[in-house]
Amino acid sequence: MSGIQTLEPETKWGRFQNWVDDRLPIFTFMRHSLEEYPTPKNLSYWWNFGSLAGVCLVVMMLSGIFLAMYYTPHSQHAFESVDRIMRDVNHGWLLRYIHMNGASMFFIVVYLHMFRGLYYGSYKSPRELLWILGVVILLLMMATAFMGYVLPWGQMSFWGATVITKLVASFFPGLENGILQLLWGDFSVSNATLNRFFSLHYLLPFVIVGVVILHLVALHKHGSNNPLGIDLKNPKEKIPFHPYYTIKDFFGLGVFFLVFLSIVFYAPEFFNEPDNYIPANPMVTPPHIVPEWYFLPFYAIVRSIPWRWGGIFLMFASILILFVLPWLDRSKVRSGTFRPIFKISFWIFLANCCVLGYMGALPTDGHTFGLPNILISQIATFYYFFHFLGVLPLLAKYEKTLPLPTSLGTPALGAKNV
Amino acid sequence: MFKKAILLMFLAFMSLQVFASDAEHPPKMNWSFQSIFGTYDRAALQRGFQVYHEVCAACHSLNHLAYRHLAGIGFTPETIKALAAEKEIRDGFTEEGEIFKRPGIAADHIAPPYINESAAKAANNGSLPPDLSLIVKARAHGPDYLHAILTGYAEPPKEVQLGENMHYNKYFAGRQIAMIAPLHEGMVNYTDGTPTNVEQYAKDVVTFLTWAGDPKMEERKSTGFKVMFFLIILTLFMFFTKRRVWRNIKD
Repeated sequence: MSGIQTLEPETKWGRFQNWVDDRLPIFTFMRHSLEEYPTPKNLSYWWNFGSLAGVCLVVMMLSGIFLAMYYTPHSQHAFESVDRIMRDVNHGWLLRYIHMNGASMFFIVVYLHMFRGLYYGSYKSPRELLWILGVVILLLMMATAFMGYVLPWGQMSFWGATVITKLVASFFPGLENGILQLLWGDFSVSNATLNRFFSLHYLLPFVIVGVVILHLVALHKHGSNNPLGIDLKNPKEKIPFHPYYTIKDFFGLGVFFLVFLSIVFYAPEFFNEPDNYIPANPMVTPPHIVPEWYFLPFYAIVRSIPWRWGGIFLMFASILILFVLPWLDRSKVRSGTFRPIFKISFWIFLANCCVLGYMGALPTDGHTFGLPNILISQIATFYYFFHFLGVLPLLAKYEKTLPLPTSLGTPALGAKNV
Repeated sequence: MFKKAILLMFLAFMSLQVFASDAEHPPKMNWSFQSIFGTYDRAALQRGFQVYHEVCAACHSLNHLAYRHLAGIGFTPETIKALAAEKEIRDGFTEEGEIFKRPGIAADHIAPPYINESAAKAANNGSLPPDLSLIVKARAHGPDYLHAILTGYAEPPKEVQLGENMHYNKYFAGRQIAMIAPLHEGMVNYTDGTPTNVEQYAKDVVTFLTWAGDPKMEERKSTGFKVMFFLIILTLFMFFTKRRVWRNIKD
């Protein structure tokens, strides 16, 4: 922890740092935020996913910038230009497979990051805005991913774009046609649509970077929550971010890249729909239009309601409800570790989300375990909202929580070591 | 109009779901390129190209491939030049405004059998033979599916009413396919003594088309091996460094 302060100004580098820092406190900032930044010493590996999400964003932006140098955003050329990247650009196949699978990895990491926040109550006071900024990032990611999927201009790109834009437009009865023309820039999904989606797909990641910075500022105000969910009052319970969490994050990063790159190199089409290797054709509808896997739970919600507007409303509501989560769960205890019933409800909720995702991939008119898929989707949709609007408020009121430890060193009587 | 479109899409979605599940699942085959270290069988690739060149190319284009790409299946520059020169390529206009034609060169893309989609449809009873550049990637279980289609022709069961110019194939969605059974015993002469039956032709041409859709697979797998090897070592180092850095931190 011999910081930059103690560097003798007689070294040239030290003098340079002092000179810069006196005018632009960049080195002081880095020392405070990356080096000394006090972090709870009891964070588990579930706390790795924040930095992993940041790495995903950087990987996506870098690979995307290079892909954009070869990609042609024109309905007559887009499909072929993507295939040329795969065949003729040096290591173009690697860039594209990284970008394509990177999107899926980004969502996996972010969903795990969010479920960690849900379990340990990381959205509770004083971190409500930190959580809300995270949900904003999720929404921006969804928009970016959706528009990115349109760019290769395959059958799923085209028909996914058609279905989703129509869904969004039909949320505004009476204004559908106007909104569709605004989204499409034409009277159908067309070259104009592809152009504006490319433009926005390039823009939004930079907006995400902006919100990520706010997310980090909000994080650093009170520091990370921790698996016990208690406020750490003793400074000895915190350790400097560097080297402890830098090295822990690097180890996590190694494991993450092992998973990510094994997909890139050995199963690069794992998350992809074969239909997207058929060039977009407005005259032929694919037999089974499915969105990317990370949208499937929301797709299941929209399809579960026969009344279309209601389904779309619920789909939007399923994400927007996350904005008010800090005020739905008013339990003073943050960590699920000390909330015996909440803990069970969390796992039921997680399983329910998986059921929704699975239903989103199946045709609505089929049956699973003898039950109609539509009925399962409806029950799961109901439970999704019941968790937020019923279970959490009721638990906050009636659940008997376990006694909280007062510090990391003295677990309260009866509580298991965490 | 808009509501109708959504309704139609949902209807199409529902009905085609039934329609598609009507086809039989393609049997699983063993391919040399499937495993983690799997590569393309070079001899099969060249035989497969021969089948494509002598049979499939009569109707199906391979637009995304240039002749030069065939170096990837082991063709020499001379062979590639000779193959390209067989075709006449339209290359812009002469000074008099006529279509300029010249023999193909290695850099040209493989010449399509028809000048455009309409010509292709007109020559095939209104059906468009799909381009084969990405056909294996564009179908679920691509290699198995393609092999099943090529070998799955049979006499239709009595209850099946075939459409005009349609052929019975239980692996195709709806079990009716416009393409006539393309492969027949002995139609392509192999020079390496490999059996010249439909099964062998199908395997070879599927191997070739898998390569055509994913020519970087071998490079991908071998790069992947080096990357994974490096990453495992690096991650182990990270793990032990982490343990060492953290050894003084007590719960």
